[in-house]
Amino acid sequence: MEKYFHVAGSLCQPHFAATKKRFAITPFVLYLGNLNYIYMKVDISKVLQKRKKQILELWMKNQLANETLREDLMSNDELRIQSEELLDALVNAVNDRNLADAQSGDFDTVIEILSGISISRARQGYSPRETGVYIFSLREALLQTLQDELKNDAVTLLALTMKVNKLIDSFGVNTFETFIKGREEVILRQTDEITEISTPVTRLWDGILALPIIGTLDSARTQVVMENLLQEIVETGSSIAILDISGVPAVDSLVAQHLIKTISATRLMGAECIISGIRPEIAQTVVHLGIDLSNIITKATLASALKHAFGMLQLEVRKSVKEKTSL
Amino acid sequence: MAIQKEQDVVPFRNRVKEYAVKIGMSLVNQTKLITAASELVRNMLKYANGGYTLIEIVSKGRENGIRLSFVDKGPGIKDIQLAMKDGYSTAKSLGLGLPGAKRLVSEFDIRSSEKGTTVTITKWKNG
Amino acid sequence: MGKFLLVTIQVDLYDRLALNLESDLVQMVNKTGARGVLIDISALSIVDSFMGRIIGNIGSMSKIMDAETVVVGIQPAVAITLVELGLELKGVSTALNVEKGMALLRRKIGSFEDTQEEEHDDNSVE
Repeated sequence: MEKYFHVAGSLCQPHFAATKKRFAITPFVLYLGNLNYIYMKVDISKVLQKRKKQILELWMKNQLANETLREDLMSNDELRIQSEELLDALVNAVNDRNLADAQSGDFDTVIEILSGISISRARQGYSPRETGVYIFSLREALLQTLQDELKNDAVTLLALTMKVNKLIDSFGVNTFETFIKGREEVILRQTDEITEISTPVTRLWDGILALPIIGTLDSARTQVVMENLLQEIVETGSSIAILDISGVPAVDSLVAQHLIKTISATRLMGAECIISGIRPEIAQTVVHLGIDLSNIITKATLASALKHAFGMLQLEVRKSVKEKTSL
Repeated sequence: MAIQKEQDVVPFRNRVKEYAVKIGMSLVNQTKLITAASELVRNMLKYANGGYTLIEIVSKGRENGIRLSFVDKGPGIKDIQLAMKDGYSTAKSLGLGLPGAKRLVSEFDIRSSEKGTTVTITKWKNG
Repeated sequence: MGKFLLVTIQVDLYDRLALNLESDLVQMVNKTGARGVLIDISALSIVDSFMGRIIGNIGSMSKIMDAETVVVGIQPAVAITLVELGLELKGVSTALNVEKGMALLRRKIGSFEDTQEEEHDDNSVE
């Protein structure tokens, strides 16, 4: 059946082209309902091609009229270029068969451009509403144009409107999916950055490293802490590392386990590890939970840890006559 | 890739490494994966006189990873739960092979019958 | 008569080779009467439980022959993996590099502060 009508459609096309509008309302076509259907689909791509400029103008007008317009994030010229690119792709992709089927491979370019736009909008800090308005105002422009074109044919207009709606809806869904993906990427990147920033390894002295841990220690974080610390130990040839946990809100058995792992790894590398910054409440929980930290050197403050480290390296801090402090 | 003798282990590890590098796995995760693979290959040689291995690149959403399968036709493991316990060994070794390997990877699956044992491990690029 | 034995493992060993290393090394300790064994594994990208056990064994064997063992140059990734694996290399001391390892051995053996001749036993594999 399908095949037959396609053939019919293409056969009829040259003949009908000249009398397009009239044909659409002749009883003959109504009788051949299915043929009319094909004819109508051919129509859309042509209408769009023809009216592209108008659609773009309308779309731009809609966008500019909307109060969510973000001139601070993108100039109108840029917006126009972006919109034109998307519209071009859409007009080229739409044909007599795929209008109602946004999943069709023909729309790959459109979806690609759209995804690019929504991801970049997510990064630039557009709100979902602003991004939504962008694509949904295209629908308005399209429908307005169709209405204009098909004033005399309510039936076709209705059918086309439904399809355009469906198409734009699925573009809309796609836009939001990618928009959220874009946002998630931003979040992921920030998480990575925080993890990186929050594990600074500093050189306190020749051979002594300090690593202040701030925030909760989970296993992902421990991994980063460990890697950074061990890498730094190798690079600086340090033999003592001080882990300062005064910025860790709570030490439960899991955190303790992570700490112990870090210390074991440090020892395997051939360096000693001192834990400092044990606050009274941490001492309490550690003991209540029955965590054994007895074979780890623990100090209350970073200062006393440093003092201990100096002792291990057989260094002495003395008040000199001329200077404030020196070795 | 078939594993028949001890000398096959090193080329196998190198092959795993190639794949891990290809998907951009960090050095630490590479090392963990290869060490786990090494443990499992050793088990295969010791208890089942070898077997074959499969290296695949898998992906879940945005995350890439490497899946390794170790298939042997050995006698099988009688009590998997016991074998997965730290320090348990039937062969006077450290008993860290299976549980240790499990700790080193993201996903660990073991199936065993009298006809043989299949262990599948997956390590995600960032995990 | 060397005081320390220095072993550099340069390639990833397979099991038989590692076992050979173990017995060779113990023989060597006996033959030379070395007081310290320094194992440099900085070239090893993988230390699994077997390799870990060999290193542990060398440590314990040397110990009862009155020699100290120091393992040097463990890569960060290897150290993390060993900890994750649950392997602690009990009975062996570790140091960051050969130099520090030497210093550590010297401290451990203590009193004998005379000149050190080092025996090189580079275990390069064909």
